[in-house]
Amino acid sequence: MLAQRQTDPKGRPVYQLRQVAKSYARGNLRALDHVDLTLAEGTFSSVIGPSGCGKSTLLKIMAGLIPPSEGSVVLEGQPVLGPRRDIGMMFQQATLFPWRSTLENIVLPIEIRDGRQAAKARHDDARALLDLVGLKGFENSMPSELSGGMAQRASICRMLITKPAVLLLDEPFSALDELSRDFMNMELQRICTERRATALLITHSIQEAVILSDIVYVMSPRPGQFVEAIAIDLPRPRTLDMMTEPKFGAYVRRIRARLDKGAFL
Amino acid sequence: MTDTPVRPDEIVHTTWSEPVSFLDGLPRSVAMTALFALFIGLWQLVYILGFVSPIILPSPGETARDIVFVGKNLFTGGYMLTALWITVKEVILGFAIAIAIGFSLGVLVGETSFGERAVLPYLVAIDTMPKVAFAPLFLAWLGFGIASKVALAAFIATFPIVVGTAAGLHAADQNARMLFKTMGAGRWQTLFKMKLPLGLPHMFTGLKIAAVGVMAGAITGEFLGGGKGFGELIRVAASQLNTPRVFSLILYLSLLGLTVFWSVVWMERRFVFWHKSSVMDNR
Repeated sequence: MLAQRQTDPKGRPVYQLRQVAKSYARGNLRALDHVDLTLAEGTFSSVIGPSGCGKSTLLKIMAGLIPPSEGSVVLEGQPVLGPRRDIGMMFQQATLFPWRSTLENIVLPIEIRDGRQAAKARHDDARALLDLVGLKGFENSMPSELSGGMAQRASICRMLITKPAVLLLDEPFSALDELSRDFMNMELQRICTERRATALLITHSIQEAVILSDIVYVMSPRPGQFVEAIAIDLPRPRTLDMMTEPKFGAYVRRIRARLDKGAFL
Repeated sequence: MTDTPVRPDEIVHTTWSEPVSFLDGLPRSVAMTALFALFIGLWQLVYILGFVSPIILPSPGETARDIVFVGKNLFTGGYMLTALWITVKEVILGFAIAIAIGFSLGVLVGETSFGERAVLPYLVAIDTMPKVAFAPLFLAWLGFGIASKVALAAFIATFPIVVGTAAGLHAADQNARMLFKTMGAGRWQTLFKMKLPLGLPHMFTGLKIAAVGVMAGAITGEFLGGGKGFGELIRVAASQLNTPRVFSLILYLSLLGLTVFWSVVWMERRFVFWHKSSVMDNR
């Protein structure tokens, strides 16, 4: 059953970008150059590239935070013209607000969009999500009582509470230590599999991209564009042990070669 | 200490304690009491040796007797309580006005780019002036009643609140801003649910500075503009060379100042319970 999550090019497209470009400073600085991207339902994709390659610009466009200069951005058949509740986002920092309990932090997106009453009505859903991410019993804890990894689990709940159609993950665990990071990546895989989530991960780590993704997009810097899309043909569920397999190493080498060629000229 | 080397299978005791100097090792209560006693002792010594005229520096005993006298007058509702009440009113009104104006200007400067670009430079310019110098102006405009004192107190206390509020509104990091944007939050929601709460520590820093300034403003106003407040009592006592009285009035005045300051601290602990600075001393 898990194997069905494999790259299926015929999966229903959830998120589609066509010829998306972004220029800053009156067109003098081209951050993103005609990117095409399709996220099929239930797949996990990664974008990897050096700093300043336009990854963040791409993510901001996909989150509806900034408009593209050219191209079409369509989620679930609807053009993205601003932030939407069916877009879930997660950042490097958990950004939980310290005066709110974990539970209140998780229902914050509902409170913002639908008001306090609606947020209260979703407390049971929030508890179920805490259970999903392994934070059962922490709903009344304050963020200061959570470790870095636990805080990121809570922010996963906050991302999932609006039942988003797509998850945009901006280096979500890169502030954690390496041991926690590996562990959280496996947790992320488990959560995405359980919810059949469509996800896009932005990362600096080749290993992380390979172990999590069905497709890895390699980006070149300035103007940012995809230089290669690499389908990762490793069985699911992935385990950390796979990182020592020759096939894994081959993917890593291939991506690194691609990055070295274009990236650091 | 021996110079015999430790044999490989020998177990020696290597527990030792880090040296702490005698003064640093004293418990806080003892240290503070001792320092106070030392101060009084020195004062008494200076008095006995007659270095300074008793008119300039009265003995500690004399001062203590006067502190009791003023205390009795205050607690039995004497004329000093009436004077203190006037000063309390000036301080409270001045603080309230400073908070209202300071907070509004702070939001204007911190939230809008109009405020930051057009209003802030003027505020900075006024803030660099010695604000006490405006006292004669307030007297001329508002008369010798309590209004001119309230105005000076509010004037001095407004600026730290503006700065604290504006700085507080800038305290929200990029992550929090982006998060609120992705949640589709409007300007007011972002302000009330994120920026203002995150800015509270800065705002309370401003309020604490303002609490000190509001006292200074009220008393300066009374010194320069007469009236019937506590500052006037001090001025009169000083002009009569009643130095013990000046000392004891200053003591009670500083109690008022402490009350204002600690009520701000108390509010801070209540509202900013989640911030490090407000819980630090209890751990």
